[in-house]
Amino acid sequence: MTEPMLDIQNLSVVFGTGRLRVDAVKDVSFHVEPGASFGLVGESGSGKSTVLRAVCGLAPISGGRVMVNGQAVKSPRDKSFYRTAQMVFQDPYASLHPRHTVDRTLSEPLAIHGEKNAEARILEALREVGLGPSFRFRYPHQLSGGQRQRIAIARALILRPKILLLDEPTSALDASVQAEVLNLLDELRVRLGLTYVLVSHDLAVVAHLCDRLLVMRQGEAVEETTAAALRSGQAANEYTRALIQASQGFARDGVEPVLV
Amino acid sequence: MTGAPLVQQPSGARAWLLSPEPASRWQARLGRFYLGWRAFSKNPLAVLGLGVVLLLILVAIFADLIAPYSPIIGGNLRTERLLPPSAAHWFGTDDLARDIFSRVVYGSRTTLWVVMLVAIIATPIGLAMGTVAGYLGGWVDTVLMRITDIFLAFPRLILALAFVAALGPGIDNAIIAIAITSWPPYARIARAETLTIRNSDFIAAVKLQGASTPRIILGHVVPLCLSSLIVRVTLDMAGIILTAAGLGFLGLGAQPPMPEWGAMVATGRNYLIDQWWVAAMPGAAIFVVSLGFNLLGDGLRDVLDPKAAK
Amino acid sequence: MTKPLLEVEDLRVRFHLRTGIVEAVRGVSFQLGHERLGIVGESGSGKSQTGRAILGLTPPPGEVVAKRLTFDGIDLLTASKRTLRTLRGGRISMVMQDPKYSLNPVMTIGEQIIEAYQAHRKASRGEARDKTLAMLEAVKMRDPSRVFSLYPHEVSGGMGQRAMIAMMLVTDPDMLIADEPTSALDVTVQMEVLRILDELVAERGMGLIFISHDLKLVSSFCDRVLVMYAGHVVEELEARHLREAKHPYTQGLMNCLPKLKDDIRPLPTLNRDPAWAL
Ligand SMILES: Nc1ncnc2c1ncn2[C@@H]1O[C@H](COP(=O)(O)OP(=O)(O)OP(=O)(O)O)[C@@H](O)[C@H]1O
Ligand SMILES: Nc1ncnc2c1ncn2[C@@H]1O[C@H](COP(=O)(O)OP(=O)(O)OP(=O)(O)O)[C@@H](O)[C@H]1O
Ligand SMILES: [Mg+2]
Ligand SMILES: [Mg+2]
Repeated sequence: MTEPMLDIQNLSVVFGTGRLRVDAVKDVSFHVEPGASFGLVGESGSGKSTVLRAVCGLAPISGGRVMVNGQAVKSPRDKSFYRTAQMVFQDPYASLHPRHTVDRTLSEPLAIHGEKNAEARILEALREVGLGPSFRFRYPHQLSGGQRQRIAIARALILRPKILLLDEPTSALDASVQAEVLNLLDELRVRLGLTYVLVSHDLAVVAHLCDRLLVMRQGEAVEETTAAALRSGQAANEYTRALIQASQGFARDGVEPVLV
Repeated sequence: MTGAPLVQQPSGARAWLLSPEPASRWQARLGRFYLGWRAFSKNPLAVLGLGVVLLLILVAIFADLIAPYSPIIGGNLRTERLLPPSAAHWFGTDDLARDIFSRVVYGSRTTLWVVMLVAIIATPIGLAMGTVAGYLGGWVDTVLMRITDIFLAFPRLILALAFVAALGPGIDNAIIAIAITSWPPYARIARAETLTIRNSDFIAAVKLQGASTPRIILGHVVPLCLSSLIVRVTLDMAGIILTAAGLGFLGLGAQPPMPEWGAMVATGRNYLIDQWWVAAMPGAAIFVVSLGFNLLGDGLRDVLDPKAAK
Repeated sequence: MTKPLLEVEDLRVRFHLRTGIVEAVRGVSFQLGHERLGIVGESGSGKSQTGRAILGLTPPPGEVVAKRLTFDGIDLLTASKRTLRTLRGGRISMVMQDPKYSLNPVMTIGEQIIEAYQAHRKASRGEARDKTLAMLEAVKMRDPSRVFSLYPHEVSGGMGQRAMIAMMLVTDPDMLIADEPTSALDVTVQMEVLRILDELVAERGMGLIFISHDLKLVSSFCDRVLVMYAGHVVEELEARHLREAKHPYTQGLMNCLPKLKDDIRPLPTLNRDPAWAL
């Protein structure tokens, strides 16, 4: 068996103290093979984003072990970590600096890591996400939501990481743009041999992009299952079944949901 | 994604500046600047303010060419003392027979010097204190903000007086005193701005690229605080000029015979009833320049900080 | 059907920008009774601007013109600022898109809801607090008293969105404009929130405008749907019949959704026909 790219064992994250204490993540374990794509789904507030943030060092790890590319993560994370793992945030409107052009946004990681030939790398990064060089000197307010999310993906990919952590990358986008971004992510994974961890509340999106997934609820892992099982509607856990049921659409009491 | 259709489109140089697809860093920056200028120039009062400030700068630079007389050496004390405004002496003469117009013209240098130095000293201190406190939080925030509070608790003129009393009178000490007493509000503003941006995703994103804390503060936090700070500093300029004049008036700022507007008003005080122009002319200069800075600040706020403008 | 709650005729929203004039909404007309009206369409099609214009919240330099825009007999176009202010947040509420942007980052969630409540209802702080906690519970927040004292950056995306909904419903409005109210919620919580909205419509006769890009959701939740493209309505139809939409744009939007049942890859994307914009 190959060594997993991301291996999380008994991860716990605690925020706050006293009355405000919350166990955001309790004893969660999963692992992702290189080149695979893993989904995290579950209730709102169940700690999905927190798992990703804990991996990146944006949330404190209170217990358990996180191994990235065979090495336990250090706190604070070192520069080589950031070359291995990168994250794409949920809200494309909030994740780009409003006063920086696309060029500045993309050159920042290169400057931090002292990379050479920034010029060529930026143009290549833009091309990879399907944007032409004409986008290079635009400000975020000159971009649509989908274009912003592409820039955010380009920024995450420019250091050539091995793992991409995607926090609801399409939930702020409309159906047609979501399709474009999903196709892009699909293609990039194959072409660049990336490993994905994808958080989404849309089961169809997770099933489209991932092979295996973990269902979370109230900070705990409920069930690990596969996209195939999801498609055929099989689930051992009651909550997972409720999720599948709910994703069929809104059902008024006694009325079957209209399947779309 | 469809944008709403654009009904009317500009052409020529404007089109180049406003291009949604700038071809270089410079074009993007110039385009942004041009948009700001367009908004600014729509406000006639703001343009008037800018005019006053530019005039102040020009007068200060070309004081030697503009002033008809020496600002320090007076004329004949017997015949030319306290003359009312006339063709020879536009603003009249003072008690030492010096041409007031020339003194006001040279006085603009002092004023500009004060304003520039205070801005150069106080803004960075306030910016650094505020962004560091806001970004790092915790005990750093507590300590820095308590220091700020202490400075804020004193009225500015009183504190400046205390500093000048300790450092000795003189224009440079007055500037230092004013600068030391003006940064605390800037620190508060910068901190408040920093608090709203430090948890945003774009800051988290640059942290994830491995950026160091100084890099994040300088490259990512400061640019966002800068615009509201520039507005505030410009609006404060009027107060700074008045404080400098006040110190001059009390004899703690510029020392005679250096032409300084506040000190000139102070001398004029003795002749206020019969020779009103001695105090009124420098007083008018203070008024016009303060107003100019205020109008400019208001206009800049509309452009740089639309949120606060409402 | 009784008299409509809201009547909109030929609504136009224009932005006089330095770069030219942009027409974000171009002649939208509809009526809303005590029902659930969905507005769908891709990003930038003018859904949010339509909602904002109704409330008089069009951001400057926007300009709103309409042949008719009345709420419960009150002409919203000529109403005084004061009337509008009391209507807004009181009888008409709007859940804004992008809750994290609309919440004040330096004020706790609870304080913000209390403030909204006290702005429209005479109530003591204690009452307002109780009402706030009850509302947070109603939107299925686990541990409402903890959420009450959290700042917006300390809650998850979905919790922020529910906080926003709680804030808008706390004054018991007669009409609610919900702009993508559930885009950050997982499906089960989404259903719970929709159930609350559904109850308000069924029991209290609230009028609901539900703006969304989730066609699947709109077709199962709403009564009627307006499909918008480039600022105008290309198609209006019964929500249940969204599947049989005639307009190629609506069909295209339906097709590019990933489906749980069958795996198509790459997903089809929209090919826009310039004629749709006319
Ligand atoms: N900085 C923080 N301080 C305190 N509590 C926090 C903080 N960040 C997250 N939490 C808490 O952790 C819990 C999990 O949040 P998280 O953002 O991981 O949820 P999520 O599963 O991503 O939900 P959603 O689907 O709504 O985004 C929530 O109860 C939230 O209030
Ligand atoms: N302040 C503004 N100035 C100029 N144009 C604007 C402004 N706000 C919105 N627009 C334009 O109005 C159009 C409609 O925007 P609107 O926000 O209504 O879209 P939407 O349908 O809600 O899209 P989304 O699904 O992305 O929220 C867009 O093309 C946008 O560019
Ligand atoms: Mg989340
Ligand atoms: Mg919108």
